[in-house]
Amino acid sequence: MSSVQPFLQVRGIAKRYSNIEALKAIDLDLYTGEVLAIVGDNGAGKSTIIKILSGAITPDSGEIIIAGRKYSKLKPKTALDAGISTVYQDLALIDTMDSASNIFLGREHRKHFFCLDDKRMQQEALDLLQQLGIYIPSLYSTVACLSGGQRQGVAVARAIHQGGRLLIFDEPTAAMGLKETATVLRLIRGLAEEGFGVIVVSHNMEQVFKISDRICIMRQGEVVDCVKTSEVNPQDVVAMITGAIDLEDFSIYRSKN
Amino acid sequence: MAVRIRLQRLFPQLLLTGVLGFLIIVLSLSSEYFLSWDNFRNILDQSSVHILLALGMTFVIASGGIDLSVGNVAAFSGVVMAVAMKADLGVFSAILLGYLAAFSFGLVNGLVVSYVKVNPFITTLASMSIARGLALILTGGVSIYGFSASFKFWGTGSIGPINPPILFSFILVIVGIFLMGYTLWGKYSLALGGNGEALRRAGVNVNLYRTSVYCFSALCAATAGLVMTARLNSAAPLAGATYEMDAIAAVILGGASMKGGRASILGTFIACLTLGVLRNGLTMMTVPTYYQQLFTGMIILVAIVISELRSKEE
Repeated sequence: MSSVQPFLQVRGIAKRYSNIEALKAIDLDLYTGEVLAIVGDNGAGKSTIIKILSGAITPDSGEIIIAGRKYSKLKPKTALDAGISTVYQDLALIDTMDSASNIFLGREHRKHFFCLDDKRMQQEALDLLQQLGIYIPSLYSTVACLSGGQRQGVAVARAIHQGGRLLIFDEPTAAMGLKETATVLRLIRGLAEEGFGVIVVSHNMEQVFKISDRICIMRQGEVVDCVKTSEVNPQDVVAMITGAIDLEDFSIYRSKN
Repeated sequence: MAVRIRLQRLFPQLLLTGVLGFLIIVLSLSSEYFLSWDNFRNILDQSSVHILLALGMTFVIASGGIDLSVGNVAAFSGVVMAVAMKADLGVFSAILLGYLAAFSFGLVNGLVVSYVKVNPFITTLASMSIARGLALILTGGVSIYGFSASFKFWGTGSIGPINPPILFSFILVIVGIFLMGYTLWGKYSLALGGNGEALRRAGVNVNLYRTSVYCFSALCAATAGLVMTARLNSAAPLAGATYEMDAIAAVILGGASMKGGRASILGTFIACLTLGVLRNGLTMMTVPTYYQQLFTGMIILVAIVISELRSKEE
């Protein structure tokens, strides 16, 4: 952990959808330079907290503190400006456009006031993709023609280009083959080592243990516990996700070991 | 690689140019009058209103929407200009008022579609009826005619070998190509149709851009209204009815996808010319106008089927 003050502090964030309490006043911290994995069963509230942090939905109450600044809600633009970039599960790519257009979406370079500077964007996109080790067969083809891993790569490149200090990955390897998965995991680990804060939402325990520094377990809209990855094993985490071990039991278990 | 992809993307436009070339050859062979500057100028002149409406429509369809109100908004703006001139306002102020009237329709269309999130088909269907109703109310259902020479100039005057309607449509084609291909506004129009939610999450104010697309379409309709009214020296309240169908047909023929995200100004332009040449040819071969309606309808249907099949392939 590179700094004492967390980059992101979530305090008492709650959200309900008519009768369902999707989030019950949760707290969460994230430091730069670490990978925090958020795990939980379906409906635990993982996606909801991700959407709140990226500004896609607004919470009912609570506050988000990013680099010392307090926000009661975020819009996509304020989240980006505050330094949070998200790689969504659906990737949020525009299929009918090429890679460079997607990477620069919302932050296009311009020249002579009006005109788009396509040459410069294509060159920078190429440089960025190469730097990240993401291979794209042709910059000119639409992203609809790319494979799952290449599309993921474009989405990651965009998130990094947006210049955030905190990158959120929602199920980053869900649609990927083995080789592509390995590349993306290496990329995520590399980003944390470069000083980015990273939040990864995943179902895959093996991956979570491979890349995360801390694991935050959610169940039924609550954060059950946040633990150091090195201090737990996958079985315990699965048990906490399903509710087989609850918090008190786990503390006793931890003090015993 | 880049060249091949470009060519692939240009396929509908190339196909259409082929059809246009074929039509021109066949019509030149079957009539000696076809291949003359007078006839060509005539085709351009008659296509100008369609081109003006279809260009605005191209941006709307690119954004994943549709604007059914353009024909009636054009007629309404013409009526507003006529009423203003009959009330002894100057030609310039009258034209300005006509544009303002059309713009307010575009603004309402855009705001309702973007912020209230009503289906654009329903929204513009309603505003189409409102525009027609207002045009009928303002005129009492009777055409207003007889304007000053300085107004008629915009429909029938000569500028070198061409006339103002042709000039307007050419200027708008060039402006449209520039906007669509080289500006942020054009890119976001396409992005709205490609994946509007992705654009929103990228921090772009999508409602603003979507609203502006409908405003642009309405301004194109006002220009069409000016040309129609000045050319006929009369503002008929029902003048532009069904023109929206021709505009939509041209946009789809020009290679746009009804789902949005893909559209071409040049394609729309070539499609308008093709439809214009076809109409001209059918008239020269003395095919009754009722059959022309039938042909246009069939062409639209075929174009939409091809467009759907293409987007499924992708």
